[in-house]
Amino acid sequence: MIEFRAVTKRFEDGTIAVDELDLTVEAGTITVFVGPSGCGKTTSLRMVNRMIDPTSGTILVDGRDVLTVDPPTLRRGIGYVIQQAGLFPHRTVLDNVATVPLLSGWDKRRARTRAAELLEIVGLDPAFGKRYPAQLSGGQQQRVGVARALAADPPVLLMDEPFSAVDPVVREDLQNELLRLQAELDKTIVFVTHDIDEALKLGERVAVFRKGGHLAQYAKPQELLSAPANDFVASFVGRDRGYRTLTFLHADVPVHPVATAKLGERITVADWTLVVDEQNRPKGWLSGVDGEVEVGEDDLVSGGSLYDGSSLRGALDAALSSPSALGVVVDDAGAVTGVVKADDVIQALAKARAAGEVPK
Amino acid sequence: MGAWLFDPAHWSGPTGIPVRLLEHLGYTLLTLLIAAVIAIPLGAFVGHTGRGGFAIVGLSNALRALPTTAVLILVVLWAGLGDFPVYVALVLLAVPPIMAGTYAGVRAVDPMAVDAARGVGMRESGVLLNVEIPNALPLIYGGFRGAALQVVATATIAAYTGAGGLGRFVFDGLALQEFGQMLAGAVLVALLAVLVDLGFAGLQRLTVSPGLRPAGTGGKR
Repeated sequence: MIEFRAVTKRFEDGTIAVDELDLTVEAGTITVFVGPSGCGKTTSLRMVNRMIDPTSGTILVDGRDVLTVDPPTLRRGIGYVIQQAGLFPHRTVLDNVATVPLLSGWDKRRARTRAAELLEIVGLDPAFGKRYPAQLSGGQQQRVGVARALAADPPVLLMDEPFSAVDPVVREDLQNELLRLQAELDKTIVFVTHDIDEALKLGERVAVFRKGGHLAQYAKPQELLSAPANDFVASFVGRDRGYRTLTFLHADVPVHPVATAKLGERITVADWTLVVDEQNRPKGWLSGVDGEVEVGEDDLVSGGSLYDGSSLRGALDAALSSPSALGVVVDDAGAVTGVVKADDVIQALAKARAAGEVPK
Repeated sequence: MGAWLFDPAHWSGPTGIPVRLLEHLGYTLLTLLIAAVIAIPLGAFVGHTGRGGFAIVGLSNALRALPTTAVLILVVLWAGLGDFPVYVALVLLAVPPIMAGTYAGVRAVDPMAVDAARGVGMRESGVLLNVEIPNALPLIYGGFRGAALQVVATATIAAYTGAGGLGRFVFDGLALQEFGQMLAGAVLVALLAVLVDLGFAGLQRLTVSPGLRPAGTGGKR
């Protein structure tokens, strides 16, 4: 558990980065600090491991005042992940990960064995251990960064915009990986981001900061969306927060059958036909062809997002983004099981609302 | 020149080419050692703390502007003939490029890596010795090799004060109007400069992490 008690940070030039912050980060949760630049979210994070010391106030980590601990010793007990990973370019991946165990006095063999384990935990082939950071992609480097932070098995993990420098696809991978890791490791994680979507996806609790270092609201993601504390939070959470609320709703949406065809088949196209591969996975849609045709790759209209039964948001997005207005539903193996319609999602939402499942 | 250079008589005895070559190499290596001991800690400290960068750059430029021959003569007037004035003049010549290379190298280390080094719990000495210096090595070597070339070339003036080295051939040749000997001395200096640089290039390859080589050439894939 991390407690901020009346913490203020005033820099030498007089700017107040954090103003009388009172906040408790519960043990074993991912807590996200989010806000525009200059809101004090990063400063707040960096005060936890004394990369910055507060001007006044107290920060307790598991009941211990951090100002009473020698900074290097304190930091070895707190995992630290930063933007672009900050790996040491002159050390191999394995030695990067082994850094903290070695600093803590482990012998070299044990530290390296542990480092190799960690590479596997974060989803990297241990063969990567011999490479140097410059030989890795941005996403791989960030995985190594996470492995380095976890090496000494610290109870607390600080992550400062760790995924903001990678492309959106890789970022989503890394976010899912973090959620998977957290389910296994149960750390107390403080995660800083300026991306509200990332905050809502990862955070069990989200602290929204506003300029001048004020805490605007500290709540569960659903609550931020459905009951923003003030106009700042409402506008920061965004215009489409009604749509985003669907992320947290899980309800049954009727799945309709759909006409499918395989590549190379000869068919008569009636309306929209979903073209699938040998494993019944969606390839694209076919329409607007008269008479009997052979299904060829060139005629396909690429499809929208796929709905895997996760949330109403996924279902609605699949329907809205599909060229046929039919959202493709897939099972865990990625095979087509049917389609959903936007109308059905709206009806499911109405039912959920009537049943009181939508937070007010 | 060829006649002088390949005359076997010039390749033996206490004033022969091998002895002069070793003397010249001796001046060079001891100068570089002393200069490195002064310049690397200074450059590293200023690069690490970020304080005094202005002073370092100013001092470097001032030292670079000093005419080495004038320094040599001044020290001779003060301390008399011998090796000491030679070392003073050459060390003053070698310090600026090594100090500038070290300072620039440490400043150029990825600030994220330095932040991470502190953040994972390295002490300041560890940040400097285990992260900043190893990553600054290519630029430190750059400054060092530049200094080495200058020192090899300039060590020639040792002979001006009566000391040894390959400069002997240049100054004696001049005095005796033996231009073959002069030219041979100059060529030997240039040759030694190339060999010394090759030696340090090899040392650089051995001591700089493969992770710092330009993309695509480092480490095992």
